[in-house]
Order: sequence, then C-alpha cells, then structure tokens
Amino acid sequence: MTAAEAPSADPSAPVRGEGPQVSDFKLANGLEVVVIPDHRTPVVTHMIWYRNGSADDPIGKSGIAHFLEHLMFKGTSNHPQGEFSNIVAELGGQENAFTSLDYTAYYQRVAKEHLGAVMDLEADRMSNLVLSDEVVDPERDVVLEERRMRVETDPGAQLGESVASALFTHHPYGIPIIGWMHEIESLGRADALEFYKRFYTPENAILVVAGDVEADEVKALAEKTYGRISARGDAPVRRRPQEPDTRAYRRVSLADPKVEQPSLQLGFLVPSYTTAQPGEAEAIDVLTQILGAHATGRLHRRLVMDKRVAVGTGGWYQSTAVDRSRLVLYAVPRPGVALEDLEKDLVAAIAELVEKGVDEKELERAKTRLIADTVYAQDSQASLARIYGSTLATGGTVRDVARWPSDIEKVSADDVRRAAAQWLDARRCVSGYLVKDEAA
Amino acid sequence: MNAPAAPERTSHASRIQRVVSKSGVEAWLVEDYTVPLIALEFAALGGSSQDPADKSGVAYFLSGILDEGAGPYDSAAFHERLDECAIELRFHADRDVFSGHLRTLAKRKDEAFEMLRLSLMEPRLDEEPLERVRHQIEAGIRHEMNDPDSVVSRAFFEAAFPDHPYGKQVHGSLESLPRIARDDLLAYQGRIIARDAIRIGVVGAIDAAALAEALDHVFGGLPASAKRNPVPDVAPAGVGSRKVIPLDIPQSSLRFGGPGLARRDPDWIPALVVNHILGGGVFSARLFREVREKRGLAYSVYSHLAPLQHSALFLGGTSTKNERTAESLALIESEIRSMADDGPTADELDKAKKYLVGSYALNFDTSTKIASQLVRIQLDDLGLDYMDRRNGLVQAVTLEEAKRVAKRLLGDGRLLVTVVGQPVGL
Repeated sequence: MTAAEAPSADPSAPVRGEGPQVSDFKLANGLEVVVIPDHRTPVVTHMIWYRNGSADDPIGKSGIAHFLEHLMFKGTSNHPQGEFSNIVAELGGQENAFTSLDYTAYYQRVAKEHLGAVMDLEADRMSNLVLSDEVVDPERDVVLEERRMRVETDPGAQLGESVASALFTHHPYGIPIIGWMHEIESLGRADALEFYKRFYTPENAILVVAGDVEADEVKALAEKTYGRISARGDAPVRRRPQEPDTRAYRRVSLADPKVEQPSLQLGFLVPSYTTAQPGEAEAIDVLTQILGAHATGRLHRRLVMDKRVAVGTGGWYQSTAVDRSRLVLYAVPRPGVALEDLEKDLVAAIAELVEKGVDEKELERAKTRLIADTVYAQDSQASLARIYGSTLATGGTVRDVARWPSDIEKVSADDVRRAAAQWLDARRCVSGYLVKDEAA
Repeated sequence: MNAPAAPERTSHASRIQRVVSKSGVEAWLVEDYTVPLIALEFAALGGSSQDPADKSGVAYFLSGILDEGAGPYDSAAFHERLDECAIELRFHADRDVFSGHLRTLAKRKDEAFEMLRLSLMEPRLDEEPLERVRHQIEAGIRHEMNDPDSVVSRAFFEAAFPDHPYGKQVHGSLESLPRIARDDLLAYQGRIIARDAIRIGVVGAIDAAALAEALDHVFGGLPASAKRNPVPDVAPAGVGSRKVIPLDIPQSSLRFGGPGLARRDPDWIPALVVNHILGGGVFSARLFREVREKRGLAYSVYSHLAPLQHSALFLGGTSTKNERTAESLALIESEIRSMADDGPTADELDKAKKYLVGSYALNFDTSTKIASQLVRIQLDDLGLDYMDRRNGLVQAVTLEEAKRVAKRLLGDGRLLVTVVGQPVGL
C-alpha cells in the first residue's frame, strides 16, 4: 500500500506512483469496477456511473436522462418509495446523483461497514425500478422548478444555453442537460422507463468505490450484489449525430433589463480526450491554463493588467467528453468598455500567443499547476472517484488517469502554440454577449 | 511518521495535537502523511461586522487584496510565485471572521509559509491592484444586483438587522466601495488580524516541532491583541412581517426565519436535531417531503441554524413558481407551526439521531475539511475533545427535550419572510 509512503524529497520527481493503488476489474455480467483505497478516515464513497447522459436523450425528449435520474429515487419492487433514502439516512449516509452530457451517476457516502448495504440498494435500483404517474407527475414539477431556478431566472445561464446551441449546430451537446422547458413538460413515465431499460444495465455501468476498503472486499461485495443482475448482452451503443467542421464565426447576444454587469465569452469547438490525437488534448489543457489561469494567465495579464479593459478573465476546457467538445474563454469588462472592443483585445491576446508562442517559464508554471492538482485530488476520495468515473464513462481507462501527469509533462511550447493556431480559430468560434436591455 | 493508525479505533482528540510556538501562537494539528500536502486554515474574529460604519466592505476588500502583492513581489510576481510552487492561498471575510486558506505540497511548505507571512506582514496594497480589486468587487455586486438568491438574502438581512452591522452587505455597496482607501484597509488589518484573535487549524504532512517554528515565522510578528469595536448583541427584527421585492422572473425566491440559538446555548444540540427533522438535507425532512416530494412545489427547500457571534438565526429558503408561492409559504408556515406545537415524533427523533451520529465522520474526509473543523471548534470554544463528545451529545437528546426545544426555537411559528419575484397572492 502507498499509505506509508513518505513525501518525495526531490521536487522534480515524477508524481506518477505517488497516488493511490487503484484496482479495476469486471464482473461476469460486464459491470466494470474500480477501487481506490484511502485509509485515512473510516468512510467510503460508493458511486455507480452509467454511460449515458443528456446527449443520449431521444430527439424531442430533451431532459429525459436527467428526469430519470430524479425518478430513480422513487422506489423499486423490493424497496418502495422512500425506503432507499430512509435506509441511507439511518446509516448516517449522504447520497445524491447528477446527470451530465455523457453520463449519469449516483452516489452514497457512508461509514465503511455500511458499504454492502448501499451496494445492495443500488444494485436493486439498476433493474427493479417501479414508476407510477402519482410519483412521476409531481417530480416533473420539481424538475420544472429546477429549470426555473437555474435558467429561467438567470439571463447569464440563458446566454450559456444559446452559446452551446450555436456552437453545436448538430450534435446534442447543444441541448441543455436539464432539457428545454416545453419538452420537459411533455416527458412521462413511459419515456423514463424506455430510457431506463435501454441504458441501466450492468454492461453499461461502472462501479467506483473510494475509501477505507481493499479491492478484494469490494469484489466480494460486488459479486453478492451487482453480480446477481443478469447480463443483458452487449453494452448499448450511443448513436449521436456528429458535429461537422464549422466555418462561420457566430455571435449570439442576449439582452435583458436585469443585466447590470455585462460579460463576454468565446466558445471554440475542440477535440476531447476521447476524440483527440495523442497529445492533442493535453496541449489544449495546458493552453487553457496558460490563457485562462486566474491571476497569472495571458488574458489576465493583457486584458486586466496591461490594457485595463477587463476586471476578470478566465477559461475552461470540457476535456472529458465522448465527442468533440469545447473550450470557453471569458472576460468581464470594466465599466464603459464595449464588448466588441473587449472581444478584439481577447482575440489579439490569442493571436499574440499563436504568433510568438509561449515562454518556457509560463509553460512550466501551467504544467506545475495542472500536475499539482492531481496531488490535491488525492486528498478527497470523492474527487478521486469522480475523476475515475468520468474518465471511464467517456471511453478512457484507469491507465489514462495514472499517466496523465506524465503526458502533461511532455507538452512542449510548440505543442501549445500549434494547438492555439489550430483550435482557437474564428471559424470554430461562437461569441456570446450578455448585455443590458436598455429599451425595456 | 508512516501509515496512520486504524482511525476508527483512534479518537479524534488523541489525533489532535495542540501546538504552541515559542512566541505563544497556538494551532491545532492533525498530522498525516498519506498525501504529501499540508492544509492550514485560520480565522480572526471580526469579519465585516468590524467594518467602519460608513465604509461597509473593508474586510471583504482586504481579503481580496492581501494576495495581490507583498514584500519583494508585486501582484504579478506574487501570483507567479504561488503558481510556480502550486501553492493555494486565499483570504475571505464573512460577517464574523476574517479567514485565510493555505494549501501546499509538503515539499513546498517553506515557500508556502513565507508567502503567507509576507501577505500578512508586508502586504503592498499597490495602486494598480487596489483599483482593480475595487472594480472586481463592484462587478460582483452588479452581477448579484438582480440575482434572485442574492436579492432575497440581502433583503432578509436588511430587514432582520436594520440598525446593526449584520444588516450590511459583506461585499459592501456601490456607494461604500469608492470611499474605502488604502489606509482603511491597513487600519482594519492592524486592528483585527492579531495573535489573540486568530484560531488556526493544520492538517497534513508536518510534525509539531516544524509547525511550531512555522507558526512563529508566519504569525509571530502580528500585533499581540486585536482592537475590535464593540458590536451589540441583537435579536432579529421584523418577525411576523413579509417583504416582497418585485422582479420580472417566473419564479419567486423566498427566505424565511426568525431567532435561532447561540452556538454555546445548552439547547444547541437538541435544536440541531429538531432542525434536521424539519428542514435538514435529507429526503425525509418534513419541508422536503411536503413541499418537494408530495407536491412538486420546489426543487430546493431547507432550513438551518445560523449562529452569529452577536445574534442567532433560524433561517430557511425555497424557490417556487409565482403562481404557487402563496401555497408553498402557507405549507412551510404550517409545518413550522406543527413542529413548534407538537415537536418531532419518537420515530423521527430516532432516525435523525442515527443520521447525525453516523454522518459526522463525513465531515473529516479531506484535509481542508478537517482543518476548517479545527478552526470552527476553537472559534466556538468547544474544547479539544469536542469531536469525541459530539455524537454522545446527539445520542442523549430525549423526546421531551426535543419537543421543548422545538417550541423554544420556533415559538409561535411567526416568521420574517422576504420574497423576490412576482408572487401571486402574497
């Protein structure tokens, strides 16, 4: 075990090998299992990941993956409504679930002696869900309130949806995870059950257990619980229309009288780790860090410090995705700065990087930061479980996670410059303007 | 050090070391080498309630500027140094405390402690970052100006504490920020960030001797004692009243509440249990069950106890579409009245105790979480052994006690309610 490992004395020693000893194996029914030991506190994080997300919603049924996630708490033939959650609460456990573009995950955090109990409940829920209109109807209202809370009352979130729709002209990443209002309203029990039957199978799931356990304990428990579910055959195939190469620069603008602070974002269509050539996504990760780092990034230096046209800048790269994905850069203008001018300055900062490249010092800083994050992630079993779960659910492997720091280490200044030239191109770009509607 | 002892058999208290440096700086330490990092959290009593009366936002402004250049490093160089060593350093202010958060790889601890020392002892407060941070805070205020959750929370605190520092915004306002000068920030820092006001928690790959040295280095040069202005104790005002703030949105956001219990109140633990049954974060909580599960009126509905140094609140919230806001509020009021009148059932009490006891360990699964708990327990003066005692206190709550405290906490069920949106029928 690595628990006894002393901190490395050599600051340049590779991070690889310092992390937890992760095991992965498959049950006979096809369920993939990942175990991440962390013996510091006698608790475990138990997660089940399904390889389906909102991008797998049938056309016209947007939001069904997310709605089903809500309905998974409504009871099974063995445990009627409320029993699952009552048992978890009585065990002193915390639970929740989340739906993303590419995956849906359910988790419980419990004292380690209760791992078997939550595995039993979660395994039951994989095949015995029972839904009636009496529970489906109020839950649809809950989801509509959720959408009102997150989107309908927030012009910034509405712009975010519009930028995604414009960026992904064809691929379902352009559709909100929670679904469009009018389509959520039409979702029903039959839609949910159909989706459930298609995707909630052992072949399509990944079990991730992180915490104070050993792999053999988890294996034995998994065989007794999830192992009882019969195999359904092959894992379901995700059939999604793929995004073509786009050619037109697009701008979407949302004006609302409630906007008191304007903002600008630029979204770019870029490869994900799953679609990229070797090294390409790593270069985009480093590029995003060099441009968007909170107080040391290029955008901060040029827009906030030098030109003083912005009060804040940043960037993020949705790197863990099944299909072509996106990188988003943003800036918040100083009072009196027009978004058109701010956009020119932002684009100029990108052009400067493409033209002159990056210096070794900023490259090293960016890599140090990204690699250190993997050490910080080891401090949280929930974070580790999420890293492994999301990687595996989007087509990656346990090995990919382990070698990521050394892959980042290999990124050169030229790789970063080339990534910027290739991907931060106006033809792949949608800009989003959030402005005050002065007329209203 | 090597593998930590089997933690389930080891009490928390026996793992917590009370470290006192030569110059008398105290910290609580949990030593653990599993992951090669160190988390240090500290808090100085004071917070935004120590802002000058006409300059709200000083503490928050200071929290945004302390990592913007210190000693030999200007703002850019300071941040580059942090990034080069992968050190995370930030400051924060809330109503009651000014806090600092440091996380570093163990191999960079010397650099990390030095950066923290510089930011506390030799902050530069240069003109460029001063102006920039002011703009950033103002942008944040404008961003929140019509954000329903921010609006309704602001309205609640203004109504509950009309003539008290707690009624002012931690961030300050667009009126107060331009009035804040460099000297105001320095004056606040000199008054508040003092050795006798600071509570420190440390978790990770460092031993007591090395930490004691670091404590002297980082905090030893601070003034010995803080000079806080007296802040009056206050009970929340406006209970029984409703305030609606019109905003053109399809859903109303609500805050409701009234007087709560002080953290050191002998009834704190029973109140915690009662609130958990009423509005805690589980599916079986009464508010969640009635408002969300049964009727689909809201995605989120909760209540919690919000103890402040000079007041105490019982506080809850929800968001529900305008047409059903009156129905939601009536339901919440009725659940609160029923809890006040009859208290929880024996079954509810039993389940709540099981949850609260069993889930306590989940607060300790990351270094930062543990360090924050160590600071919190010191701020509340609960004692080094609190983590070991706490579950016993929860177990000991009786049904009679829970009923009595439900009545005491929720009284006649009257609430101060603030609403933003276009609620129908309120």
